[in-house]
Amino acid sequence: MLRSCAFCALLRLFFILMRIFPLGDSAATIEFGNEISAGFNSRSLSLAKALSSNPFAGMNEAVPAYASVTVYFNTRSTQFETVKSEIATRLSSLPTDKPNALRIIEIPILISAKTSPDLDRVGSFAHLTVDQVLEIFLSKIYRVHMLGFLPGFAYMAEVDDRIAAPRLVTPRTKVPKGSIGIAGRQTGIYPLESPGGWNIIGRTDLQMFDPESDNPCLLKPGDEVRFVRE
Amino acid sequence: MTLLIRKPGILTTVQDLGRTGYRLLGINPNGVMDRAAARLINILLGNDENDAVLEMHFPAAEMEFDTECSFAIGGAEFSAMLNDEPVRNWSTLNAFPSDILRFGKPELGTRAYLAVAGGFVVDEWLGSRSTNLVAAVGGFEGRKLKAGDRLELRSPRPVKPHTIAPSLIPKYSRFPTVRVIASGEFDLLTSIRERSFLNDGFTVTKDSNRMGFRLSGPPLHLLHSKEMVSAAVTFGTIQLIPDGQLIVLMADHQTVGGYPRIANVISADLPLLAQLGPGDGVSFHLVSVADAEQASAIFENDLCWLRTGIRLLG
Repeated sequence: MLRSCAFCALLRLFFILMRIFPLGDSAATIEFGNEISAGFNSRSLSLAKALSSNPFAGMNEAVPAYASVTVYFNTRSTQFETVKSEIATRLSSLPTDKPNALRIIEIPILISAKTSPDLDRVGSFAHLTVDQVLEIFLSKIYRVHMLGFLPGFAYMAEVDDRIAAPRLVTPRTKVPKGSIGIAGRQTGIYPLESPGGWNIIGRTDLQMFDPESDNPCLLKPGDEVRFVRE
Repeated sequence: MTLLIRKPGILTTVQDLGRTGYRLLGINPNGVMDRAAARLINILLGNDENDAVLEMHFPAAEMEFDTECSFAIGGAEFSAMLNDEPVRNWSTLNAFPSDILRFGKPELGTRAYLAVAGGFVVDEWLGSRSTNLVAAVGGFEGRKLKAGDRLELRSPRPVKPHTIAPSLIPKYSRFPTVRVIASGEFDLLTSIRERSFLNDGFTVTKDSNRMGFRLSGPPLHLLHSKEMVSAAVTFGTIQLIPDGQLIVLMADHQTVGGYPRIANVISADLPLLAQLGPGDGVSFHLVSVADAEQASAIFENDLCWLRTGIRLLG
């Protein structure tokens, strides 16, 4: 009894705290909050999963982000108001416990002057030695909160506050493929060579994105990642 | 049976209506910028509306046919010429071996589309033939076309002559008013800025491409600045960037963004926006979701009639 009341209260809280708004006429965004947090992301991942595993008529895809889910749909078969109620139905039966990680993936990280051009910068930001920065960085397991920016680019969190160096003021025009970077409390791996402004502290030889493969991206939302020094 | 690219033009790519289902992996839909144009000319030729087409910018490509086939051009008016004879957009056209198609000058619009009856044989990636230039996959070897490329025609055939009724053709303009739906952070615009967004025109700057259009206009500000965590965005999302200017995301947009989302251009008006180039202008008119849905339904209904008509007339 007590448990179900607590559940109702929690559910009511969800509805007060979250909002749904149209992202144009063929997508809707459900926002749980506006910060990088394991809680908001867990809810986003569970809702996206609930929708993807049991899509409503006209749904194209459900895309989880840090603290939101965006549902894309075909306006020929459904409309915003219907989508809203479909989402509400899924929310009311959403599991409230933290979803287990899909997988824990080990990613080898190469540290050298060439592969880690911003390690010193992160060190001076943190007032720590390079070795201390690395020790802090490597001691954590990171969760893939979402993908974006480039095919297979995983946004992972949360980087320890002490080494959460902000983005470069002037982004680089070319960041090599496989580069591992820090931007505030996020860490990510560049799957392709691209412009970018994250602090590059290492590189991996692991293929993050392979268009020829049936599973073109190594990481998926909800995966957990451990970096292992080579 | 191929279409030979004699001159590639500045940016000619193979596109269809885009790739869905992979945004959660950071893989964006790509696809044609002007969906109305691509769908109309494909339907006109009796193709599947999702068949691959060539999207051209100006200077456009110069091409040579090696077989008899029908084709159609839609979207921008680039003064198309078949063997130096002017030919019309939105009509079925017939080519014979050694015929040369080229484009004279840009009269209206920024992107012209070419479809051939029977479609092209091109690379499919994750269910779509659209070119993803960043990942270098899909379409024709994942890249823009270059001189000497030969696009294989799937089943070239002549079709009966048809022309699309003017009422179905998008009302392109260099200064369109496009309808928008308020989005996540619209309410954070101060009332004076909200008026500004809806009453002042914006200019498309030269920093505009298939990924997005950067607009220039009166700087807009929010009631209070909002730090945002990244969330998914879409084709037509209007973002407010820190300098007070707007960016409209287009077909090759990234899947997520971290700027305030002021509004989204409605699907029915995206083709008008897609035809703009640097120096052109755009104004926004706020409508409800229901208005947007109705506008889409009207166009879908028109397409349905066109499809039926073409099928009946053969």
